[in-house]
Amino acid sequence: MSAPAPHASLRGVTRIYPGKSPVHALGPLDLDLQRGEFFSVVGPSGCGKSTLLDVLAGLNPPSAGTVSFEGKPVTSVPDGVGVVFQEDASFPWLTVADNVAFGLRRAGVDAAEIARRVDYAVGFMGLAAFAGAYPAQLSGGMRQRVCIARTLVMQPRLILLDEPFGALDQQTRLLMGDELLRLWRETGATVLLITHALDEAAMLSDRVGVMSARPGCFIDLVDTGWDRDRDSRIVSDPSFGALTGRLWGSLRQESMRAIGRG
Amino acid sequence: MTRSTALAWARATVVVAIVALLEILCRTGIIKPLTLVPPSQMFADLYHLLVAGEITDDIIQTFLEVGTAFAISGVAGFALGALVHALPRLRQALDPLLAAWYAIPLFVFYPLLVALFGLTILPLIAIGVGFATPAMMIATLTGLDRVPPVLRRVARMHRLSPLTTIWRVILPSAAPYLFGGLKLSFAYAFIGVIAGEFILSGGGLGYGIAYAYESFENHKMYALMLFVLLLAVGVNAVLQGLESHIARKRSRQ
Ligand SMILES: Nc1ncnc2c1ncn2[C@@H]1O[C@H](COP(=O)(O)OP(=O)(O)OP(=O)(O)O)[C@@H](O)[C@H]1O
Ligand SMILES: [Mg+2]
Repeated sequence: MSAPAPHASLRGVTRIYPGKSPVHALGPLDLDLQRGEFFSVVGPSGCGKSTLLDVLAGLNPPSAGTVSFEGKPVTSVPDGVGVVFQEDASFPWLTVADNVAFGLRRAGVDAAEIARRVDYAVGFMGLAAFAGAYPAQLSGGMRQRVCIARTLVMQPRLILLDEPFGALDQQTRLLMGDELLRLWRETGATVLLITHALDEAAMLSDRVGVMSARPGCFIDLVDTGWDRDRDSRIVSDPSFGALTGRLWGSLRQESMRAIGRG
Repeated sequence: MTRSTALAWARATVVVAIVALLEILCRTGIIKPLTLVPPSQMFADLYHLLVAGEITDDIIQTFLEVGTAFAISGVAGFALGALVHALPRLRQALDPLLAAWYAIPLFVFYPLLVALFGLTILPLIAIGVGFATPAMMIATLTGLDRVPPVLRRVARMHRLSPLTTIWRVILPSAAPYLFGGLKLSFAYAFIGVIAGEFILSGGGLGYGIAYAYESFENHKMYALMLFVLLLAVGVNAVLQGLESHIARKRSRQ
């Protein structure tokens, strides 16, 4: 019997930004994401992580290779894919609730259903007290949560998150990680999380991909072996330290190269 | 009392103080009546002019010209700005012209416009449009430039059509700049039209002021000036109010 078809996959993908001096940002690389898998990507700054996300989401075409999602080739953003971007992408002219409702309104979901789902998502992200506030009145971390809610409320089957907790303090980051795990368990979605925090990758993921300095390729794929019911308390598990140690071991050399000391 | 109402009071106090000072200087004869009529007299003169219907035609003409010029430049400035934004090469070619536009004394072309359109209100509207359109174009270009690229990506992520993207993402994002452009356009259209009337025209408020000046009708001249001033300040205040209403959402109070 053959292995189940991957939920999303990249085959021989490279991405070169054209221009006067073209930038080879990514690949060639292969990646298979299994349905329901929680996969994290760590790698030195500028190695092509966001580029990888763009290519996988169909926001940027690969220069070579193929991308597929649910068995179909990806040419533009497919239905069922949700992205949380690295930059603040909240709409400053809409309240928190209207920001979160944005995608549902465009998709023509009926008003009662929108109200229900927005309420839930806003509460889930700890923003209930700010539903009527505008992004300018929120902190950077809260704005990022607005964007997460706006994406999750669409109930994507593949969720791509680009350093979503970058603007949060360590405690909030751990708690948000727990929430993300809960959501992932409840929805059965496939998650690809880009992070610069090795402990976050080690705690949340089924599998962690370590990327080389630009052009980014996977130099290590680590199975964490956690069960689905994990939460942030595993940070005190003895194997957690070994795991982050292994990730850092793979990453150290590449990080030095990325800042020109390799 | 909040900061902004305190500020409004301070501003009003300054205006009242200046007007009162002028009044005193005029009434005591320090400023000669031939130079300046007392402000209270200006208001009284204006009131009588308005009631007598003596300047109604001029007001209608000027309103028509400014309104038309403003509407045309708002729409055309936006459309041209959006078009030029979409065509980077055209923009490269036009950039120097746009930058130098307000260095050109447009009024020197007035005779040409009269030759083209005749002594109607069209040359005046054309002057107003010529003044106001580039301001709206520049504001549109700036506004579109400042739309954060990530917002376009959000639109693509939500699989929006190009039209929905423009309507729901691009325009709201650029709105503060577009509104600033409209405000400037109004000011430019107003200045262009009044000045045009002043130079060469047979009607309108600008013409009224010039005519009163040449026939030594000091009272009428100052009353008309006051009217133009009040009009400009009034419309600007309304636009300003709308603008800060938009801006308030986006700033930390
Ligand atoms: N639009 C673009 N045009 C040209 N080069 C680009 C573009 N976007 C990214 N790059 C280059 O591609 C490389 C990878 O960029 P990318 O944003 O994918 O890195 P990253 O791993 O996400 O970095 P970080 O961890 O800092 O977010 C960088 O060298 C960057 O300069
Ligand atoms: Mg990045």
